[in-house]
Amino acid sequence: MAQLKMVQAINQALAYEMERDDRVVLLGEDVGRDGGVFRVTEGLLERFGSERVLDTPLCESGIMGAAIGMAAYGLCPVPEIQFMGFTYSAFEQLFAHAARIRSRSRGRFTCPLVVRTPYGGGIKAPELHEESTEALFCQVPGLKVVVPSGPYMAKGLLLSALRDPDPVLFLEPTRLYRLIREEVPEGEYVVELGKARVARAGGAVTVVAWGSMLERVLKAVDGYDAEVLDLLTLSPFDIGAVLASVRKTGRLVIVHEAAKSCGFGAEIAATVAEEAILHLRGPILRVTAPDVPVPLAKLIDHYLPGPKQIRAALDQVLQY
Amino acid sequence: MPLESIGKFETKRLGVLNERGEADPDLMPQLSEEEIRRMYEFMLLARVFDERAVALQREGRIGTYPPILGQEAAQVGSAFALSPGDWVFPSFREMGAHLTLGFPIAQLLQYWGGDERAQKAPDGLNIFPFCVAVASQIPHAVGAALAVRYRRDPAVVVTYFGDGATSKGDFHEGMNMAGVFNLPMVFICQNNQWAISVPLRTQTATTSLAQKAVAYGFEGVQVDGNDVFAVYRATREAVEKARGGGGPTFIECLTYRMADHTTADDAGRYRPPEEVALWRERDPITRLERFLEARGAWTPQRRVEATEKAARIIDDAIREMENVLSPAPAELFDGVLAALTPRQAEQKKGL
Ligand SMILES: Cc1ncc(C[n+]2csc(CCOP(=O)(O)OP(=O)(O)O)c2C)c(N)n1
Repeated sequence: MAQLKMVQAINQALAYEMERDDRVVLLGEDVGRDGGVFRVTEGLLERFGSERVLDTPLCESGIMGAAIGMAAYGLCPVPEIQFMGFTYSAFEQLFAHAARIRSRSRGRFTCPLVVRTPYGGGIKAPELHEESTEALFCQVPGLKVVVPSGPYMAKGLLLSALRDPDPVLFLEPTRLYRLIREEVPEGEYVVELGKARVARAGGAVTVVAWGSMLERVLKAVDGYDAEVLDLLTLSPFDIGAVLASVRKTGRLVIVHEAAKSCGFGAEIAATVAEEAILHLRGPILRVTAPDVPVPLAKLIDHYLPGPKQIRAALDQVLQY
Repeated sequence: MPLESIGKFETKRLGVLNERGEADPDLMPQLSEEEIRRMYEFMLLARVFDERAVALQREGRIGTYPPILGQEAAQVGSAFALSPGDWVFPSFREMGAHLTLGFPIAQLLQYWGGDERAQKAPDGLNIFPFCVAVASQIPHAVGAALAVRYRRDPAVVVTYFGDGATSKGDFHEGMNMAGVFNLPMVFICQNNQWAISVPLRTQTATTSLAQKAVAYGFEGVQVDGNDVFAVYRATREAVEKARGGGGPTFIECLTYRMADHTTADDAGRYRPPEEVALWRERDPITRLERFLEARGAWTPQRRVEATEKAARIIDDAIREMENVLSPAPAELFDGVLAALTPRQAEQKKGL
């Protein structure tokens, strides 16, 4: 089996599905000739032609809105928004339309599209290029939110997302594009949406993470009896897997790189408090970025949660 | 009912200085020898700044940087036409305008080095921070122009953006408002013909960007963006018109991005080398040198001297930039709100 980086795994998933299903069409800024600014769509224009890989003008709202129209018409569009910070100008299309077409038309029209966008910090890029505002999107009913944590998961999840009958936001942790290599099967395999994965088994504390934080958490928990859950899908999230683990360990630490207030960690913590508070032996702790905008390169390492903070939270909760 | 024609439009293109360095005397703007010399020095300063910034990025001393090579005339010529009280809402590729307006050079480098403290414009310099989300600064300029009008100030509001920006809703919404309210504004589009890998023809089906102003009810003009006199003249006229209550103008500076989109880009993947070579022939600095030379005001030696002077200025700025202490982690919280929230205060303590 080939050892692939995440960029290659995503590229392979797109190519596989485009080969299998001629309804799959890519569109976005620089996705064609340039192969995307991270080279995720490299070679796809050459292979599938300019009717299926569209270099668009610079217009996120237009890209998203057009993808909705294509989807309603029966295609499976895959709009790429070049960086997560530029999804904001496509908010209206995503929130007011993509997420609601099915309900508004009572199923007459649907919106099976997959929005791909690089996500998260740690690449020392300009402003708005390192955002992690996933919780905003999880607030919207009708939209699924998926965050792979490495090459294998990325391919399997993307194939699922492409076959999902509803709109999916597929967040690609930029820092991981080229960081890790994993064995990725050449052909078809799917990873079910809405299912978490036990990335490491343990008994004394549950740590929940996703995206690029997973890699940091796995390093930080070395030497602890920690069970690490890789959430993979944030909306809908795998409540069952989180509860099962918390009932076993009695302790919960949630790690995310987004700011703390109203981050997705709050949703997990509240759900665990509702469903399993009597299984808890200590407080639920969140290790997150502070409530400040994502900084530029000079301070990014102080913004993103690091191993030190993760271990401090583990030590704290293990005292109970 | 016959089919009637209810509108026609014409778009003008302004050029003053041709590629041989000959200026049209009828169109040549009023500029003293001293002013022309300063324009030339600013263009060289911008060139040297850019070369050094790219080198600093390659050496890992600053972060990703968007080169301005080839766009010096568009930037210097337009900024040179502004007055101190005017307001500027830039994009992220106008360091030549910043230099001309007197923005501290060390601070420009510090910003590209990843230090947000550098975004703070000195008092008295009405330049908004670099705007990374393409076109999103355009409506801000509209708002400032509404405020100028409300306060009855003599200021003009200028916003800079690229060709790609003209595809965004914010551009169209801003242009429309400027037209509706007849605002004291100048829209300066640096049409460098590429938005990363997307060429102009994929950005728009129109033959010029200038003609877009027609749809919003005001004047648009295309100028030769590698001709510093044409850019200066068009901007000067637009600024005076705006100041006199004549409303907005859209200026399309037709130029070319000779370098990569940023230091993280490889333009060789999508751009024909012949095209780049063609535009290298049209270098805006060479053109101005030919003009000066014909007037006996330029020699190769003069370029060497002016370049050395610019290099000294940039060297000092680099030294100054590298002597700035990195921000302390607690500075993450600076300026997020006028007062920290209780939670932010707690987070700051815990750092
Ligand atoms: C809204 C938005 N979308 C995407 C990007 C990523 N991006 C940065 S620059 C750029 C191209 C901009 O082209 P143009 O407006 O012509 O300006 P230029 O870079 O040529 O100066 C893109 C797509 C961005 N910064 N903002």
